[in-house]
This record gives sequence, C-alpha cells and structure tokens, in this order.
Amino acid sequence: MTRDDILKKIQIKFGGRIRKIFDRSPKRIYCDIDKNDIPEVVRFVFMDLGARFSIASGVDTPDGIEILYHFSFDRLGLVFSLRTILDGRNPEIESITPLMKGAEWIEREIHELLGVEFKNHPNMKPLLLPDDWPKDKFPLRRDFVQDIDKE
Amino acid sequence: MSHKVSIPIGPYHPLQEEPEFYQLIVEGEQVVDIDVRIGWNHRGIEKLAEAKSFDQVIFLVERICGICSTSHPLASVQAIEDIDGIKVPERALYIRTIVAELERLHSHLLWVGLAGHFLGYNTVFMWGWKYREPILDIFEAITGNRNHYGMMKVGGVRRDIDEADIPWIIKQLDTLLPAIEMFRGAVLDDPVLHARLKGVGVLTRQDAIDYSALGPTARASGLAIDVRRDEPYAAYDRVKWNVVTQESGDVFAKTMVRILEMAESVEIVKQCLERLPKGEIDAKVKDISPGEGIGRHEAPRGEVFHYVRSDGSNSPSRYKVRAPTYMNFPTFKTTVIGETIADATIILAAIDPCYCCTERMTVVDNKTKKMVFTPYDLIKLSQEKTHRLLHRFGINDHPHTMTGTA
Amino acid sequence: MGLKLTALTKSLWIFHLSTGSCNNCDIEILDCLTPRYDVERFGIVLVGSIRHADVLLVTGTGTRMAAKVLKKLYEQAPKPCLVVSVGGCSCGQVIFRGGYNTPKPIDQIIPVDAYIPGCPPKPEAIIAGIIKLIEKVKAKK
Repeated sequence: MTRDDILKKIQIKFGGRIRKIFDRSPKRIYCDIDKNDIPEVVRFVFMDLGARFSIASGVDTPDGIEILYHFSFDRLGLVFSLRTILDGRNPEIESITPLMKGAEWIEREIHELLGVEFKNHPNMKPLLLPDDWPKDKFPLRRDFVQDIDKE
Repeated sequence: MSHKVSIPIGPYHPLQEEPEFYQLIVEGEQVVDIDVRIGWNHRGIEKLAEAKSFDQVIFLVERICGICSTSHPLASVQAIEDIDGIKVPERALYIRTIVAELERLHSHLLWVGLAGHFLGYNTVFMWGWKYREPILDIFEAITGNRNHYGMMKVGGVRRDIDEADIPWIIKQLDTLLPAIEMFRGAVLDDPVLHARLKGVGVLTRQDAIDYSALGPTARASGLAIDVRRDEPYAAYDRVKWNVVTQESGDVFAKTMVRILEMAESVEIVKQCLERLPKGEIDAKVKDISPGEGIGRHEAPRGEVFHYVRSDGSNSPSRYKVRAPTYMNFPTFKTTVIGETIADATIILAAIDPCYCCTERMTVVDNKTKKMVFTPYDLIKLSQEKTHRLLHRFGINDHPHTMTGTA
Repeated sequence: MGLKLTALTKSLWIFHLSTGSCNNCDIEILDCLTPRYDVERFGIVLVGSIRHADVLLVTGTGTRMAAKVLKKLYEQAPKPCLVVSVGGCSCGQVIFRGGYNTPKPIDQIIPVDAYIPGCPPKPEAIIAGIIKLIEKVKAKK
C-alpha cells in the first residue's frame, strides 16, 4: 500500500466528511475531521488500514481545544495525524479506548491536563496529578494560573 | 485513604508507604489484577517547555530520562527541524547516530545488569555496569559528560569528534564485543535462565498491536517495527545494520533482542566512525517559522515521539512528548495477570521501564485488601525462585550468583 | 551528640530516595557501588529502611507527591540524620523551577547538610561530597 493508496482509500470512504487534508511533506499528512467522525475514522485507520497508534496530543488554541491523533504507517515511515477541534468551554469527545487499548492512559492524561471529557472511557481515574489537585484547574490550558499554593 | 505504616523497601530505589506506583492484586501466589498510579516523576515538562526558547527546550527534554538521555533531544531537534524542513549537514548526521547508538549500548547494558539483579545473578549486575564504564568514558571524551551530553542542536550537533580520538574510541568498543558475546552465551546456555524466562510474561503479537507496543518489547513479539529503518533519519540509511526480532514474546525473547541489538549498535558506531565525512556540523539556524513538526527516534526502549507547534516566536506554543514506556507499560497488565508474584519483577523489568518504575510495585491480597509484599520483598521472591531452580538443577555453586547479597 | 556523630564518621549507612528525577543521579549513586568506584570498601552501605540510616541521600525535584513522602521519611529517621542533596535538581530544581508540580526545592522541605551539585555529579564528585560531609561532622566535635 503506497502513500497515495492511503489517501485515496480515505477519500473514497469518507469523502465530504473530511474537512481538509494537509499533505505537508513526504512523511507527514494532517487530516482535519469533525469530532463526531473521529471514532469511525480511527477505526478505519487503525483496523482496516493497519496503522499503529502513536499518541494523541491536545492543544489549547484560541479556536478551541484541538486534539491530534497521530498514527504511524511503519512500512512507509509516514505519520498520519487526524485533527479535530472541540469547544473550548465544554470540550468533550467520544473515547477511542474501546477501539484501541493503547489509548487509555493517553486520554486520561489529556483529561487531567486539559479538561477534555472522554465519553464512555472505561477507566477515567487520575493518572499524573496528585489526588488533592483542584479538579477545575488544568495545567496545559492557556488560562491556567499557577496559584495553587497560595490558596 | 488508609495510612499504611512504612515497611522497609529498597535498597536501590526505596519508596515508602501508600504512594504505590502500582499494586498487584493477588489471590495466593497468582496475580489477578493490577492497578496503576503514576505521578511521582511528573514534573510538568510540557508546560515548562512553553516558557523556554527552542534552544533551552532541548536541554529541558534531555532531563526527562537519564538513561535515554540523548533520545529526547534527538527527537526534539528533528521535530523542530521538521517545521521548516531544515537540512542538517552530513557530518552532524553521523555524529548524531554515533551518540544515539552509544546510548543504546549503555542502556541495554544497564538493563542486563538490573535484570541480573532481579533474578539473583548479582555478578551479572556488576559485570553489566562495569562494561558500561568504557562507554561512559567515550561519552566523556566526545561530549564532556558521562550522561546528559548536550550534543543535539537544531540544525546539527554542538560538538565535533576529534579525528585523533577515533582509533581510541574503536579500541574501547572492541573491549565490549567479548562481553556481549559472554552475555549472549550465558543466557543461551543457562538452564536456570531458560526455566525462569522462557514462557514467562508472554506478550502475544496481537496484544502488541492492540496496545501499540514499541521497541524491543514489540520486536520480541515478532513485530518488526524500528523507526531507524521505517523512517530513516540521522545516518541510519547510510550504514548496514539489522532489525532484531524474536517470535516468542516472552521475557527470554526480550532479553535476546536487547543482547543482539548491542552487537548491532557496536557495528553501526564503527561504520559511522570509519565513514565520518568531513565538513560542517551546524546549519546555523536563525529562526523557526510558524507551523508544526513531528520528530521521532528509536530510543533503547522504543519510539520516542515529539510534537511541536511554533507561532513564529522564539518559544514553542505547544510541546508534546511521548516516551516509549508510556505505550509499553500498559502491556504489563496482559503479561502479568495469571503469573506468579515471584515472576512479577522480571516481567515488568522486561519492558525496560524507566528505572524507577520497577521499584514501586506492591502486592495487595484480593480478599483482605491488605498489602502483603513490598517492592523489596518482590525482588527477594524473584531471587529466591532462582535459588530453588539452581537447587533443582543440582547447581550449588553457580558463578553468577552471590548468596547473601541483596 | 558527640558519641553518635563520631560513630557516623566511620561507616556510613545510607538511605536513598528519589523525589521525581530523571534518575541519572540515582544511577550515578548506584555506580559508586560498582567495581570501578566500589564505595563498599569504605564501609558505605545502602540500606533498605530509613530507621537504619545515618545519611539520607536525596535526588530529584521535589514533586508534590514525592515531597510528602520525603517529609514523612525525614520525620521517621532516627536523629541525627544527615541529609545530602545530590544533583542539580535537589540542590535547587534548576530548569524545573517554576513548574506547576514542583513547588518547593528540597531544602525548603527538610534541612540539608551537604549539597553535591552536578547534572549528574560523577561518582568521584559524590564520593568527594560525602568526604566533605564527614570532615564537616568531624570539625563539629
């Protein structure tokens, strides 16, 4: 399967639901999709196309909270990143942990540090921050103020 | 939350009381479930990175892990270079490869030593760490420090290798080859190690795929993934080397992958030193444009993944780091459930988690919910199992064990 | 105080704790036990319980969770217990200063008797630091 095959298969399967494909360089492709389509596209990329899930990164931007799901097509050395944007005031998205066990910790971390709700996550417990960390403070958000110790 | 009284733990990485890293929930001798809690090492590096310049970020990420010290900077500079497609001079690419492979060597030797300790082979611990010293000497000669080398720079490397040093470096490397051969022979020939490691902690190929396992953990289960070959960077596509895999997915396979990889690393470094091209080592990058970049590197434990976003200023607007152990750790759940407590330490060590993690395991009884074993106890259980096997095989005076030493 | 401290300068029993570090200092401390440096010939031993320790060797940045552990441990240590900060992180947090999970450096949590800076300090530096500590203790007599 070549790089072009991958792009073609995704276009055929999801057509108009793809907002944008940014074919950045030979080894980097970024694909913007709606958050409601994420579980289906992830299933296709992981199970049907056989990519390896590398990591998901959350970014707090002025337009909302972006989540990038990075997949690796190892035979091609290609990183294929799915990008979606969530409402900054109430960020929530369907969890992909039921599809990929490797996503469990990753979603727990994004939840803790950015405040994203992952619906139907099987084990949403604190992972990194202490138990007495205030539950409404998210360190990676732009508006995070480091005043925990003054309280 | 109950306050458990402290119980002696250690001696190498003591951790007290309730902040157990993870709990093994047991019924009798068998592990039935595990629970994980991390956070003792969480230093908020991703947030700190947003307040640092691109140059400083490389020093920051170097200190994520002491063993994979250069892996993070290498992925980091590649991520930043990916934003603008910066071309790195040839000589710098070779030097990057040399430093990265020397690190793989010292990391795997460290692991061999630790595994030996957990199994009760304390002389293996001493030998593994003794053979690390020539490598650390090479690092000191090239980079100025035994660890945390500060070699990587956006657009190249920070220090050059002196041509006059190369014959000495090759000589130091040659002292390692008999040692690697000795470890290989020791593992292949020892019936006790076969009994302890074969069929233990098996990670099936399908589980390795489902959990997105990486590095030697995945390669030991037959998954031939290696970023150095899949998306070549530095000088990996300019030298000849092999991706090492095994099929059985047990601790034995993971051990063999690491030992054989050491031999490959020596080969790669020697080829790089012999072919080191003349020229610049620095592309002298001035600015980073707005955009995003991804950098990957095959660290000793697996793929390191860095994602950086730039807004055109001198600092990253977002920096994401994913160390390989983060993906490999959860596989512990599937490899240890059903196994006995005595094997838990070595099964965990086989993933080669960042060093501190292995010492933070406690055992809780499923019925009483009380802690029954501490990390220190678990290591002792493992060592005692080896002693029983030695006895069963009729080997009373094994050269690799030192009785009476923890 | 005099007798205990004299005894301390003969053979040191050390308890080591990492409070959120990259582990490089911890590895260099362990390296001191390996054949090239071999501190056991000085009678220096790593022990498994704080209750047996003469010296508390601390590495790391003092993350919130680990700092709690450190405080409790120091309280349980039979006094006098000398505290040694090994590595840049425990001497002053260096690049981790200002992080949201690393509020206070080690010497604001427990009193420190000796600082061994470095990133990481070489085994020779660690041994030199311990010797300086012993000399400081001797000078107090």
